[in-house]
Amino acid sequence: MSGILSIGAYVPLMRLQRAAVYEANKWFAPGLRGLARGERAIANWDEDVVTMAVEAARDCLVGQDAADVSTLLLASTSAPFADRQNAGIVKEALTLPDAVLTLDVGTSQKAGTGALIQAFRSADSGCTLVAASEKRRARPASEDELANGDAAAALLVGPGEGLARFIGSHSVSADFVDHFRTTAAEFDYGWEARWIREEGYAKLAGEAVSGLLAAQGLSGLDIAHFAAAIPAKGAAGALAAKAGIAAEAVVDDLAANLGFAGCAHPLLMLAAALERAKAGEKILVLGFGQGADALLLEATGAAGQAAPAGGLTAALARSRKEENYLKYLAFAGHLNLELGKRAEFDQKPVLTALYRNRKAVLGLVGGRCTVTGTVQFPRSEISVNQNEPAIGTQEDYPFAHRRAKVLTYTADSLTYTPDPPNYYGMIEFDGGGRMMIEFTDADPASIYVGAPVRMMFRIKAHDERSGFVKYFWKAVPAAEGN
Amino acid sequence: MASGIRDKVAILGMGCARFGERWNDDAEQLMVEAYVEAMADAGIEPSQIDAAWQSVGFDAMNVGPSGIPAAIALRLPNCAVTKVENYCASGTEAFRGAVYAVASGAADIALAVGVEKLKDTGYGGLPVRTRGTMFDMIGVVGSAPGNFAQLASAYQAKHGIAPDDLKRAMAHVSVKSHANGAKNPKAHLRKPVDIETVMNAPMIAAPLGLYDCCGVSDGAAVAIVTTPEIARSLGKTDLVTVKALQLAVSNGWELQGAGWDGSYLHTTRIAAAKAYKEAGISDPGSQVSLMEVHDCFSITELVTMEDLAISREGQGWKDVLDGRFDADGKNPCQIDGGLKCFGHPIGASGIRMIYENYLQLLGRAGDRQVAGTPTFGLSHNLGGMPNQNVAAIAIVGLEGA
Repeated sequence: MSGILSIGAYVPLMRLQRAAVYEANKWFAPGLRGLARGERAIANWDEDVVTMAVEAARDCLVGQDAADVSTLLLASTSAPFADRQNAGIVKEALTLPDAVLTLDVGTSQKAGTGALIQAFRSADSGCTLVAASEKRRARPASEDELANGDAAAALLVGPGEGLARFIGSHSVSADFVDHFRTTAAEFDYGWEARWIREEGYAKLAGEAVSGLLAAQGLSGLDIAHFAAAIPAKGAAGALAAKAGIAAEAVVDDLAANLGFAGCAHPLLMLAAALERAKAGEKILVLGFGQGADALLLEATGAAGQAAPAGGLTAALARSRKEENYLKYLAFAGHLNLELGKRAEFDQKPVLTALYRNRKAVLGLVGGRCTVTGTVQFPRSEISVNQNEPAIGTQEDYPFAHRRAKVLTYTADSLTYTPDPPNYYGMIEFDGGGRMMIEFTDADPASIYVGAPVRMMFRIKAHDERSGFVKYFWKAVPAAEGN
Repeated sequence: MASGIRDKVAILGMGCARFGERWNDDAEQLMVEAYVEAMADAGIEPSQIDAAWQSVGFDAMNVGPSGIPAAIALRLPNCAVTKVENYCASGTEAFRGAVYAVASGAADIALAVGVEKLKDTGYGGLPVRTRGTMFDMIGVVGSAPGNFAQLASAYQAKHGIAPDDLKRAMAHVSVKSHANGAKNPKAHLRKPVDIETVMNAPMIAAPLGLYDCCGVSDGAAVAIVTTPEIARSLGKTDLVTVKALQLAVSNGWELQGAGWDGSYLHTTRIAAAKAYKEAGISDPGSQVSLMEVHDCFSITELVTMEDLAISREGQGWKDVLDGRFDADGKNPCQIDGGLKCFGHPIGASGIRMIYENYLQLLGRAGDRQVAGTPTFGLSHNLGGMPNQNVAAIAIVGLEGA
């Protein structure tokens, strides 16, 4: 038997107001008016699929033993690297042991459910961490720009029941091209919505649902939570009605405040369902893309009891309204702003040094002197301890999970950052250790001497010439609600 | 126990180019301008120079690697020329090399030349540059004002100072330096400013505004040193000798250790204590007649007054507002305009500070000559950023002082 042992979610802080998008584009695309309600999650300039997956996975692993993870799957259709394993970067940030299998899964909106099914099927070979993360680009003034949302979910799947027991799945695969994007293309190319709704959502997804129910000998009324990730208003309800699933069982699609997070979306909706599901209730999860995957789970009720500090509810609650459409366009790479000469700083990666220092750079692992107990970042051959600078005595000491306080700070308007001013300063960790760090998701009210912060994995810089993405950790305000 | 450098080396001659936006000059012209003045002051022939040190802060938009550019520009007599770089403290580092060469007996006469061509970078402020492979992956490169602005945030929090009070004290630092710089024909910025202009200037890195930042200039400065005996044999009478020369370099404690609160310069305090001991100064507040400190930013000068034990800790901002460091105050500071207005051509700055103290001690400072008879002139040259830096202190004085 396999089940979901824990679940985590990450939603970036900013919520782009759809009315602001429409207001800017209505001269050109007045037809978008009907979509101009609510808000969608947008990644900060220093967030991508990898960083969001890391945060969702960290949320998922709270209270879990990361050493149990033997496989890490990352599902995404918008991962930054085409040939450098994105899951491998997530693994380093999570400081998982080297002896794990890491794998990227992608190229379809049903990649998230596919990865999850595979994880359940391989539960006899240990725990699998399934992360699904999306930051899908859409052309300005497109419907997708309004409908998409950036977010990530992560599930720890393994032997046992945990939060929910896996009952079974049913997949339908067909090369139904509602949209596509070649490896060379920047944006999706789509087909008529009515065709997608009738031939895709109703028929293909319908077959996955009916096939699953038939295989399990269940009727639609047995389903308490129908988590159907379909980016079309009313499509999930129509599917439920056809399958005999109660209208109340249809899980909210998170469109109002998050948007559609691609292949991560079924997992996010599963997270929402799990937070409410009572023991014994059945959850049907549906992912659509060149066919459909349907999964059936039975909740144990443990998710509600555990009441974790994180999870989807907390991720959605951490939010800041963003009305500046131009800022979104700049962050999403649609605008060529004048960056100034300071942006010319050479960001060429040093891959040898990155590899040998990957624990410090990607994992934020410092050192602890086994003689004096002095902790420091980064670790060094000779301890920073001024009274007893022992040599070669340090062991690994992770900092990523530790809270910290601001010692010094500035809001620098001179140095280049895509989101000026650049907040940075020194922080001191609970339990010792300090570093100079950039603050992100920051504002004047949240950064002051003594302000509480916590660490997040973020993009440090892009190398414009090679396209390489440099990752490191940043401090985010950690006052209540953050 | 080291006996120290006190009175072992005398300054034979000094020169300083006009600092500023020297659009039509290369590093070569700047070095030669300072060199010609220093050589005339010293009264020697090039063949008498036994060794030279060249200081530069930036390579790429300056003279390039090695000591060769100085040897060529000044047509030095195929003597040893060493290039030194120690962030913004490079100038004092070159001076230290020359002074130590003479003190050791390895050279009779040695020369230090510092030069920088910052106005070839294409933009205002200091260029951004790498700080090493590992640092660039895990550190914050930031900007110079951003790094020093953090002093203000920590100083203000530690001493419970109202933001406006500290801002006003910082503004006073700059207003004073502008008033001084206006009297200096070689200064980059020669226009007095008022407090309101400074307080209301655009923010560069909070809380530092435009006028809290020093000038970024082209310039060069030269020092020629020898033993007091040789100086006298060359006909010099009123000798200015080196009383103390100290460098303190961060070992990572501020950035990585525990205990530093970010409101002061740890290394300056260490270098100052050693320098006072070496110079035989027991009460700096009354004995140090003149100060040229590293006022890269107004807040740096303010906390340096405490780090040099001139002001009591937490009281520096009040001393500033009381006018203690003004030209007519008890401890005149930046009488030449400082980095703020004389300008800050990195590699030259440390030598420029000594140049001013040298002129003042000899009564040769013209319109800006301080009243009374100065005995000790202290220069404080700081490289890096508050959490990781090089603090250099040079104290010069009249022989016998």
